[in-house]
Amino acid sequence: MQGFSDFVAFFEDSSLADAVRENDLLFPSIESVHVLAICLVVGSIMAVDLRLLGIASVKRPVSAITRGILPLTWGAFAVAAASGFLMFISNATKYLGNGYFVAKLCLIAAAGLNMLVFHFISAGDQLRWDAQARLPVSARLAGGISMLLWIAVVACGRWIGFTMEAG
Amino acid sequence: MTGAIVGYFAKWLAATALSHTIQTAGWVIPALQTIHILGIAVLFFSAVIVDLRLWRVLQRDVPLNDVAGRFLPVIWPVVLILLVTGGLLIIGEPRRSLLNTTFYLKMALLAFALVLTVILQWSLSAVPEFWEKDRGRRIAGRFAATLSILAWCSIIFAGRWIAYTQVG
Repeated sequence: MQGFSDFVAFFEDSSLADAVRENDLLFPSIESVHVLAICLVVGSIMAVDLRLLGIASVKRPVSAITRGILPLTWGAFAVAAASGFLMFISNATKYLGNGYFVAKLCLIAAAGLNMLVFHFISAGDQLRWDAQARLPVSARLAGGISMLLWIAVVACGRWIGFTMEAG
Repeated sequence: MTGAIVGYFAKWLAATALSHTIQTAGWVIPALQTIHILGIAVLFFSAVIVDLRLWRVLQRDVPLNDVAGRFLPVIWPVVLILLVTGGLLIIGEPRRSLLNTTFYLKMALLAFALVLTVILQWSLSAVPEFWEKDRGRRIAGRFAATLSILAWCSIIFAGRWIAYTQVG
C-alpha cells in the first residue's frame, strides 16, 4: 500500500491540488461543472434505461436511441471524471477515508460492468429485438440495474458533501 | 423594507414544526437534495437533447418535432417534483436561500428557461416544421437552443453557488 499512498500524495502535493484547495472560487466552480456533467450523464443514461425497460421511446429501435444519446453521455462523463479528479486531489487522503466516496467509485465501476455485460453478452442477438417495444429480460434487467446504480451514485455524491470534515 | 419582511418570514418559517423536522433528521436534507439533483438531471438532459437537435448535432435521423414531442413534455412533471423538493429545502433552511441573491437569480433564470421551453413546445405542436422552414428560422432555432443551454447551465451553477453565498 506504500506505493499507493505515495501515488496519492504525489497528486495531493501538486501545485494544481494546492490551487483547488486554496482558491475560494476554484472549488465551487469545479463543483458546479461536476454537477452539470453528472446531470447530463445520469439524465442521458436514464433515457436509454427507460427505453430498455420499455417505458419510453418504445417506437424507436434501441440502436437508434443509443446512437443519438450516448455520444453526449461519454462527453459529459469525461468532463465529470476530470472535474471529479480535480476535487479529489485537493483533499485526496480525506476523500479516500470517506465511505460514501469509496462507495460512489464502486457503484460507478458496477454501472460500467453492467454496461459491458449488456453490450458484449446480452446484446449479442440485438438485431432480433432491436425494434421491439418489449425487450428480452436480460435487456430490461440491464436497464433497471443501471437506473438503480446511477441513483445510488448521485445519492453517495451528495452524502460526501455532508460527511467530509471541513478543511 | 422588503428585506426586513423576508427576514421575518424566514425566521417564522425556521420556527415551524416542519422546518424543525427537516433540520433535525440528518438524512432529510441530503435525501431531498439527491431527489432534486436527479430531477434536474432528467430535466436538463431533456432540454439539451432538443437543443442539440435544433443545432443538428444529435438525433438528425428523426424530425425535430418528434424529438421535442418525446422529451419536452417530461419537463413539466419534473418541474413539479423540483418545486416540492426545493420548497421543502427552503422550509428546512429558510435563511440559506431566502436571504441569498444567488437564489433569486436562479429563480429568474428558471422563469426564463421555462418560458423558452413553452415557446418551443407551442411552436412545434402548432407547426411541426416551424424552426426549419427557411434559413432565417433555422438560425433563430439555433439561437433559441443556445439561450436554452446557457440558461439551464446557469441555473445549475447558481444552484451550487447558493451554498457558497449564504449570509451569516
